[in-house]
Amino acid sequence: MKNDTFDRRAFLKSAVAGSAAAVTATVALPQTAEAQQRPASPAPPPPNPGYIFLNLEEAAFVEAVVDHMVPADALSPKGTDLGLNVYIDRALAGGWGKGDRLYMQGPWKQGTPSQGYQLPLTPAELYRAGIKAANAHSVKTYGKTFDKITEAQRQEFLVAWQAGKVTFEAGPPARTFFATLYQNVMEGMFSDPIYGGNRDKAGWKMIGFPGVIAVHAQNVEKFRDKKYAPAPMGISDLS
Amino acid sequence: MATKLKEVDVVVVGLGWTGGILAKELAEAGLKVVALERGKMMSTAQDFGVPQVRDELRYVQRHELMQNAAKDTLTIRNNPTQDALPMRRLGSFLPGEGVGGSGIHWSGHTWRWTDMEFKVRSMYEERYGKAYIPNDMTIQDWGITYAELEPYYEKFERVAAVSGKAGNLRGVIQPGGNPFEAPRANEYALPALTPILSNVMFAEAAGKLGYHPFPRPSANASRPYTNPDGVRFGQCQYCGFCQRFGCEANAKGSPHHTVIPLAMKSPNFELRANSWVTKVIKDPAGKRVTGVTYTNVLNGEEFEQPATMVLLTAYAINNVHLMLLSGIGRAYDPVSQQGVIGKNYCYQTGAGATLFFEGRNFNPFMSAGGSSSTMDDFNTNWDFDRSKHGFIGGYTIGAGFNTSLPIGNRPVPRGTPSWGKEWKAATAKSYQTAMNIGGSGSVMANRYNYFDLDPTYRNAFGQPLMRMTFDYKENEHKMGRHASQMINDIAKSMNPTSFNTATARTEPWTVVPYQSTHNTGGTIMGTNPRQSALNKYLQSWDAHNLFVVGANVFPHNSSYNPTGPIGALAYWTADAIKNQYLKNPGPLVSA
Repeated sequence: MKNDTFDRRAFLKSAVAGSAAAVTATVALPQTAEAQQRPASPAPPPPNPGYIFLNLEEAAFVEAVVDHMVPADALSPKGTDLGLNVYIDRALAGGWGKGDRLYMQGPWKQGTPSQGYQLPLTPAELYRAGIKAANAHSVKTYGKTFDKITEAQRQEFLVAWQAGKVTFEAGPPARTFFATLYQNVMEGMFSDPIYGGNRDKAGWKMIGFPGVIAVHAQNVEKFRDKKYAPAPMGISDLS
Repeated sequence: MATKLKEVDVVVVGLGWTGGILAKELAEAGLKVVALERGKMMSTAQDFGVPQVRDELRYVQRHELMQNAAKDTLTIRNNPTQDALPMRRLGSFLPGEGVGGSGIHWSGHTWRWTDMEFKVRSMYEERYGKAYIPNDMTIQDWGITYAELEPYYEKFERVAAVSGKAGNLRGVIQPGGNPFEAPRANEYALPALTPILSNVMFAEAAGKLGYHPFPRPSANASRPYTNPDGVRFGQCQYCGFCQRFGCEANAKGSPHHTVIPLAMKSPNFELRANSWVTKVIKDPAGKRVTGVTYTNVLNGEEFEQPATMVLLTAYAINNVHLMLLSGIGRAYDPVSQQGVIGKNYCYQTGAGATLFFEGRNFNPFMSAGGSSSTMDDFNTNWDFDRSKHGFIGGYTIGAGFNTSLPIGNRPVPRGTPSWGKEWKAATAKSYQTAMNIGGSGSVMANRYNYFDLDPTYRNAFGQPLMRMTFDYKENEHKMGRHASQMINDIAKSMNPTSFNTATARTEPWTVVPYQSTHNTGGTIMGTNPRQSALNKYLQSWDAHNLFVVGANVFPHNSSYNPTGPIGALAYWTADAIKNQYLKNPGPLVSA
């Protein structure tokens, strides 16, 4: 497991960009009932996404986190196969990561917990500083960066981190970075696939969320206390 | 140097429900009306089409339709001893921005607040004695009555396509409706929404316990509808993308497809979007206002728009902010308790339980904004004896789903890990088999909950940010404890596989996470200028040609959503202007 990310990246680097030729014709109509009954086609192999924002250390860290938080099992493929790393990279490279809609005027003070986010950092800057600090903590505790430690060590680290038992010396507040990172993992898992995560709508399939098709005036009584499980549709399926 | 424009009869600042209603009514009455809206123009066809509108990340997490905190926000603190710091990212509440305002992204819950609110001090004093009201609880009567507002509630409900079931028609209690509501002259505009499973299960359980559940009234058209103005509504599709979203079907009552297009049909009306009002200009004699200054945010050009009347109809907080920035009326001081502008800021509180039922299918994605079965037994039920529990006010309890989308709403039993295989299994199992019971509680006014101007932080125009000082007080803690116990009792009676209990919140109010966009007070209505900023017609005591319309006029907050009385008061004010003020411009109530 611990070498997995490097193997995959080496593979991806050398892979022919065949996915560009893959058929991605737009679907203009909702699927027919017949089509919905067929099992969903298996996910295509993930295309090489490339990173816009994350550097090598950051990419390795984020890949390790998303694969640990979302391991492969019968319910879904693992985090990187769902594109959660891609989602996070694109979010950090885009307006949100650059502090769009974030009030960024000083003076800066730490404030009370009830005053919310008070850091002089955009989300992208928080990741940049936060990953460095988290890896420094990992090296200090386990002798290696987060992407190189064992599954059990990752679990121990994350549990302590979430519980507020990890502090980053002179870095951004560990709690704030954890909350942001965790929220972004969940966003990547359950947002529309158009943002790079939730690949093949696997996050939605896992819980039974039908996506953008939502015309239920006729269904609300018919399906009361009955399973309603069409193949989920995303924005690009209907565009 | 600002370009001075030609004087108009009326300038409307902010174009959501209240601005839209007043602009339409006054333009149709023959007045020249200019509306200034800081945000952009939006329309259902251009902006809220499927599939783009079905985007939880964009609209819920990233606040697409909301005020941009980078340009203007508030500073926040829990009490006057703290340093206020800016709310750097929106969280606890989400003011809308753009043509249609928060009326685009609301869920549609439309209530009729009753005399229990409008006569709050006199009714509690009469029943429980003067000593029952804590010294620092600055509740006061509003100066209006339910009977005065009743026709205006009806007017707004019909314009906004409110679906519901009457519980009290002209004093006769109606089966299936809310028996505690005040008498209505007529039924709702549309029949109640079709109940979803969680509504049915809650209603059955609450009924068995002797409570009185009813379908929550909501501006989600339960069938195709044409309102009295001839505006056509589609049928609500229970799409599950309501709160925070525009409605592609025009099934949600929103100003951008009702009153605003009607105002725009009038040659007397002009809309200027992207126009940020920075100040209301006072007449040197101080008895009137003469217009506003604003900036075109597309190019930075500054204007002065003279007007015979000024109507502040922005989001409640921004109305108060503009009053403070313009120096109209005396700013409130919590120490001396003198002054009125900024006084009695209130919010709401809540508690909730999550119930897990193995084997059931709640289909949370199949719900309208108003898919809730609700009970008022601890709210407008005046027979409920508060003295045993020591609080003032009340709370609704309801169950259902509203915009239960998967980034934000993935219930799991308490104690479930936050990631890994166990988390995945619990999430997969619970999404369709969990429901909530939630309470929404009132907040009574308190001497130390108020607005003023921040001494340090500035907005994009270099103006002081609004400073909000707020926390829940013992009254809210007591009510929260009672509400949690009642919610848990109902939950237990439903015999779920397991449930996450409701707990009273007693920790300080925080700016995260989202709680409620029901911010009230700051320029309150009342019976005299020493205690209130506005008279019963929402006319400034300090400048008779200035009206301030929105939840900022509420002297305290109830457990109900605010839009019902906001819409009704907008029509009430429009009538007062048309029928009284225009004939004899001056104070409509003598101070």
